[in-house]
Amino acid sequence: MTVAEAPNPLVEGLERLPVHPTTLVIFGAAGDLAKRKLLPALYNLAHEGALPERFNLIGVSRGEMPDGEFRSMAIDAVRQFSRRPPDEQVLEKLFASSRYVTGTFDDPAAYGALQAALDEFDSDANQRLNRCFYLSTAPQFFPVIVEQLGQAGLNRLEGAEVRVIIEKPFGTTLAEAVTLNHVVLGTFRERQVFRIDHYLGKETVQNLMALRFANGMFEPLWNRNYIDHVQITAAEDIGIGSRAGYYDAAGALRDLIQNHMMQLLCHVAMEPPVDFSANEVRNEKVKVLHSIPEPTPADIAAMAVRAQYASGTVGGEEVPGYLAEEGVPADSNTETFAAVRLEVDNWRWAGVPFYLRTGKRLARKVTEIAVTLKPVPHLGFVQDGSVGVRPNQLILTMQPNEGVSLSLAAKIPGARMRIRPVNMEFLYGTTFVSQSPEAYERLIMDAMRGDATLFTRNDEVEAQWRICDPIVTSWEATPGPLPQYAAGSQGPAEIASIMHGDDAWRTI
Amino acid sequence: MPGVSDIVWSERDTTPGAIEAALRAMLKERHAENASYVPARTLNLVCVVDREWSGEIANRLRRVGRYHAGRTIVCSVQPRRTSLDAVATIAADVAPRPGEFALLRETVVVEVGEQHLTHLESVVDPLVVTDLPTVVWSPHGHPEAVRALLALAQVVLLDSIDEPDPRDGLRRAAELTDDAYVVDLAWLRSTPWRERVAATFDPPHLRAELQTITAVTVRHEPASGAAALLLIGWLASRLEWAPGPLMTHDGGALVGSAHGRRQDVRLRLEPDPGLDVRGLAGLTLETASGRWLSLDRGPGGLHAHYRNAKGDERRWTVLGASRGESGILGEGIRQSFLRDPTYGPALTAANALAGASAQA
Repeated sequence: MTVAEAPNPLVEGLERLPVHPTTLVIFGAAGDLAKRKLLPALYNLAHEGALPERFNLIGVSRGEMPDGEFRSMAIDAVRQFSRRPPDEQVLEKLFASSRYVTGTFDDPAAYGALQAALDEFDSDANQRLNRCFYLSTAPQFFPVIVEQLGQAGLNRLEGAEVRVIIEKPFGTTLAEAVTLNHVVLGTFRERQVFRIDHYLGKETVQNLMALRFANGMFEPLWNRNYIDHVQITAAEDIGIGSRAGYYDAAGALRDLIQNHMMQLLCHVAMEPPVDFSANEVRNEKVKVLHSIPEPTPADIAAMAVRAQYASGTVGGEEVPGYLAEEGVPADSNTETFAAVRLEVDNWRWAGVPFYLRTGKRLARKVTEIAVTLKPVPHLGFVQDGSVGVRPNQLILTMQPNEGVSLSLAAKIPGARMRIRPVNMEFLYGTTFVSQSPEAYERLIMDAMRGDATLFTRNDEVEAQWRICDPIVTSWEATPGPLPQYAAGSQGPAEIASIMHGDDAWRTI
Repeated sequence: MPGVSDIVWSERDTTPGAIEAALRAMLKERHAENASYVPARTLNLVCVVDREWSGEIANRLRRVGRYHAGRTIVCSVQPRRTSLDAVATIAADVAPRPGEFALLRETVVVEVGEQHLTHLESVVDPLVVTDLPTVVWSPHGHPEAVRALLALAQVVLLDSIDEPDPRDGLRRAAELTDDAYVVDLAWLRSTPWRERVAATFDPPHLRAELQTITAVTVRHEPASGAAALLLIGWLASRLEWAPGPLMTHDGGALVGSAHGRRQDVRLRLEPDPGLDVRGLAGLTLETASGRWLSLDRGPGGLHAHYRNAKGDERRWTVLGASRGESGILGEGIRQSFLRDPTYGPALTAANALAGASAQA
C-alpha cells in the first residue's frame, strides 16, 4: 500500500467528513443568485464549522469594485438572506480575506488577475489549494468562461483538484446543450464538472430514494402490475415577479419540466442502483431517460399542453394576467403552464403514464408526486351511500408540507358497511428535529468534496433535452394565442385532453 | 418561550392514566379546533430533576431551539412527596398558515417523591408516546431513577463533566453503555476539535504522520477534565495507542503517556482557568518529524497555529460559531437518533487514562 492510499482512521464516526482546503471563485459574484443563495450558503457552512479549514473566496464580475466593497456587499447579503442570524465574528472572518477581480468574462486580463489571486492564496497557505469555479452568470457566458479558464491554464493544477460548477439552464435546446457539453468537456474532464440542478440538493428529493430503497413494502408494488399512473406536480401560486426577462425566454417547460421534474421522474422510475455512488445513481437515471420515447411532431398535440395565466384572484387579491405583467411582450407566446404525458418504455413501467404539470399562478403552491395504484380486482362492498372505494394513492409531497401520505379505504363507523378513503400521514416536520440545510449548502459542499451524486451528468442533460426539445420546437413553430387559465385556478381545461382513459388530475 | 396558544391541564394527587387521558383529550380538542395542528413525533424526553433546580432545567430546555423533543416528561423530585401532581401543556410555537401545519409540543411536569424513583418507569411508561425513541436525562443524579427508566428508554443523555471527579463521570457513562446508547454532552463538546484534527491529517501525504505523533496536550476548563480525557481517549482508540493512567502533576495538570505503534506519546491535560465555559480550550499536537499544530478556542472559530520542522509558521482561523450550552443540549437531543461508533472505544480509553476501570 502506498502512503497516498493510507486510510485516515480519525474520520470514522464523524458526520462531516474533511474537505480539502479550497478557494472558491464565483463568477457573477455581484449577481442576484450569489447574494440570495450562494453567499448565505457559505456563511451557514462557516457557522456550522463545515467549510474546509483553509477556505478562500474570490468574486469575479464586470462591475468595478475594490476588495473591501465586495466584502461589505457579501456581509450585507448574508445579513439580509441567511436562514439564521449571523454570528458577527464568524461573518467578519469568513470574508476578511476575500478578493474581488473585475473584468468582462471574455477578457484574458481578468483571468490573469484571477490566476494571481489564486496563486497568492496558495502561497499564503504554503500548499496547493483545490480550486472550485462557480459559474453563476447568465448562461451565454458559460462557454466563454470555460474557454477562458482553459486558455489561462486554470483548468488543471498539479497536486490539487480543479472543479467547475455550472448553474442552470444548461442550454435552452438540445443543440445548445450538446454544444455546451462539447465546450465544457473540451476544457474539463467530466469528473471535474458539476452541473447544478438545485432540486437534487433538496432533502425531499433525497428522501425519495430512502423511501423507495430503504423500505421493503414499496418495491414489490413499484411496477406496471400494481401502479396505474404517476402524476408529478410543481405548482406555484405566485406569478413571474421581476423575472420577466428570464421567464419569457424560457417558459414553464424549460424552467421546470426539462430539469427538475425530469429528475423527479427519474427518481420515481429508476431501478435500485448497485450503490449510491455518483456514477451508479446517474447510470440508473440515464437508463430511465433513454426509456422515454422521443416525441414525434405528430404525438405532441396529444401528449403536451401549454397555456398562459389570465387575470384572476389569488388569496383574495385581483392579479393581472401574464401578458399584463411588467416586462412581458404583449404578444408573448411563452407558456406559464405546461403539462406532458410521458411513457417509460421498459420492463417495469411499460403502459404506465407519467403525467407532469407545472405552472405559475395556480391555486396553491405544492410540489408532489402522486402514485396511483390500480383498483382492486373485485368490489364486494356496496358503493351506494358513501364516496366508495377509490384506488390507493401514495403521495410524496416535496413542499410545502414535506411528507408521505397513503390513501386507504376504511369503513365509516356505523351499522352498514360503507367505505370512504382515509389518509395515513407521515410528515417529516413532525418527526425529525433537524432543520434541512438549504440545497445550495449541500451542493457547494459536495462539489468541494468532489461528490457528483447530486449533480447532472453530461449524458443525463442531453437525454432530458432529447425528450423536451421536440415539444419546444413544436410549440415555437405554432402561433398563438395560447389557451388561458384564470390566475388562482387549477390550470387550463385543456389539460384533461392528455389523460388516458379514466385518469384524472389531482386537485392542486 | 411560551407558545402562541397553549392548552394547560393540571391535577393534584393524580395518576399516570389520568395524565395520559388528559393529553389525549387536549390533542383531540386542538385538532378539532384546527386540523393543521399536528403533534410533533420526534422522541420522548424524560427529565428527572430536583424540584428546586427545575426552573434552571426548564430554561435550558426552552433554549434548545428547533431540537425540541415531541413530548417532554419532567419528573420533578421532592424528597418527602408521596402523591403525584401534574401539569400538562400542549403548545404551538406558531399559528398554522394556510396550507401548512403547525407543530404541537407536549410537556408534562409530574411532581414525584423520592419514594417513586426506584419504580419511576411505572409512572412514566403510560406517558411516553409508544414506538418513539425515549431519551432519559437526569442532570441532578438520581441513578436509581435512571436505572428504573432503562426499562423503557433506548438512550441516556448525560454530561460526564457533571461529576466533580472526572473518573466518576466517565465510570458512570461506561456503566450505562451496557444498557443503553449514551449521548455524552462532554463528547459532543469535542466534536469540532475531532473534526479539525481529522482534517489536518486527511491529506493523503500527511496520514502516515498520525503514527508519528509524539505529544498531545489538551487544555480545558478546570471542571471539564472528562471532556479532555475523552478527546485523548478518542485519539488513543483511533490510533491504537495503549494508554496508561495519567498522574497529577504541577499546577493540577494530568500527565502520562500512551504506547503508540512506533513510539510513546506524551500526554498532558492542563486546566485553563481563563476559560469560563464548559469544554475544551485548546489542543497541541507534535510529531516526530517536527510538525507542531495548536488549535485554540477564539472569536469566530478555532485559531490554528502550525509550525513545521524547518520552523515555517502559519496561523489561521478555522471558522465556526460557538454552539453554547443550549446548543450542546440541542445537539445531544439530535444525536439521540444517531449512533456514533467511536464514543464507546474513546470512553474505554478515557477510563484507562483516568485510572478508573470501565467495569462497574
